[in-house]
Amino acid sequence: MVSKKKKKLTPVMQEYQALAKKREPSKFAFIKLCRAFLVGGLICLLGQIIQQLFVHFGGFSIKEAGSPTTGVLVLISVILTSLGVYDKIAQWAGAGTAVPVTGFANAMASAAIEYRRDGIVLGMGGSIFKVAGPVIVFGTVAAFAVGIAHIIFDPNIVGG
Amino acid sequence: MLKGHQSWVFDNKPSILSAATSVGPFEGQGPLAEDFDIVHSELYLGQDSWEKAEKAFLEEAAKMAIQHAGLTEGQIQFHFGGDLMNQIISSSFAARTLAIPYFGLFGACSTSMESLALAAYVVNSGGAKHTLAATCSHNASVEKQFRYPTEYGSQKPPTAQFTVTGAGAAVLGREGNGPYVTSATIGRVVDMGMTDPFNMGAAMAPAAVDTIEAHFRDLQIEPGYYDLIVTGDLSKVGYEIACDLFKKHNIPMEQTTYSDCGMMIYDYKTQNVQAGASGCACSAVVTYGHLLNRMRRGELNRILVVATGALLSPLSYQQNESIPCIAHAVSIEREK
Repeated sequence: MVSKKKKKLTPVMQEYQALAKKREPSKFAFIKLCRAFLVGGLICLLGQIIQQLFVHFGGFSIKEAGSPTTGVLVLISVILTSLGVYDKIAQWAGAGTAVPVTGFANAMASAAIEYRRDGIVLGMGGSIFKVAGPVIVFGTVAAFAVGIAHIIFDPNIVGG
Repeated sequence: MLKGHQSWVFDNKPSILSAATSVGPFEGQGPLAEDFDIVHSELYLGQDSWEKAEKAFLEEAAKMAIQHAGLTEGQIQFHFGGDLMNQIISSSFAARTLAIPYFGLFGACSTSMESLALAAYVVNSGGAKHTLAATCSHNASVEKQFRYPTEYGSQKPPTAQFTVTGAGAAVLGREGNGPYVTSATIGRVVDMGMTDPFNMGAAMAPAAVDTIEAHFRDLQIEPGYYDLIVTGDLSKVGYEIACDLFKKHNIPMEQTTYSDCGMMIYDYKTQNVQAGASGCACSAVVTYGHLLNRMRRGELNRILVVATGALLSPLSYQQNESIPCIAHAVSIEREK
């Protein structure tokens, strides 16, 4: 199938792009999937351990322990970002470090560090959501859509 | 002077009186470390922002080049320079310090040879006794402007390139003992509809081949005239494509050695740079450091440096524009 974008290209361009494509190393690699699985899983395991510690030593219930656990993971991620380590781990781990909450914390912290030098208000304040902003916007939109679907298919949930 | 369609032949042979390079720590760990005048151990150079650090790199290289030539700023008539920042602030702010009458240029990473070609042209035509050509780039400032915050953990694809931190400057004069700038071919903008900003080598390769082809046609020479032909920052992916294109266009590059500055500056085995290096400083520090040193040692007599530039902005990418590219070729020879 010829995409709409491709149709605009001249035959010379299309020929070149086919040639260039042949020389492009594949972005897909099975090893990358394994790394992402491994690191993502390890971060979840770490979260589980922290949660259990809160339950056993902090007197939290399992449900209550969720928030402080997230807080600790975010803190670890921010510290690693500040030390300049997180992006190096991420190059190796890919989605393994991007998907858990640590990835979100890294997106916020890295933007805050980067734009701090452009001023606290206009720099950091204005640009802190530069990377994480779309996640929040479309996360909210998705939550809204899921919420509507929930009401339609399970009316008893309203008010509950 | 004008020869063929888009080339200049410099009959008065402007001489590169001196050149200087200043690079960051990561470049200092690469195989060309010995060829750089100054290798810094950190990226900030005592400044409080990446942009200011980039300017400091340029100021340092420019001042050093002028000093090596045995001149003062006042004896240089014109300064040609540019960089990758919005409104070429690094270059213009360095020009404020140098206080030399200044032409600010933007040709993305091709600015290194664009500035050298113009600086040579002005000296050759008698417009100046001495000129300065200087360009710089900074890995972190480029990441910040074109990609993500430097500490953001995004995985780079194998086609991505690592922007060189550093600056290169050359002083040209009418009288000198060489190496001499003998000709230049100014490239046209070539756009093959490539859209991936993480694969700029593939976008720029056709522009490089177009300019090289024009250079041979205009000057009526063959690749064998040169000991070495280097492109600016095509890196691994673009380099292979360029080799394919040379074959397709029947340009006998096997007569000479063809290489790419983006593949020379880092060690692929120990430095994690994906496809290779890029940036205004890439071709500048390799040419003004490594290649001129090799010419001085007599290992090379004639070289052609073809700096390549991708003329995109983060905005043009977001608006789904393709990447227009350009390449400028400058030939440097040891003897008149």
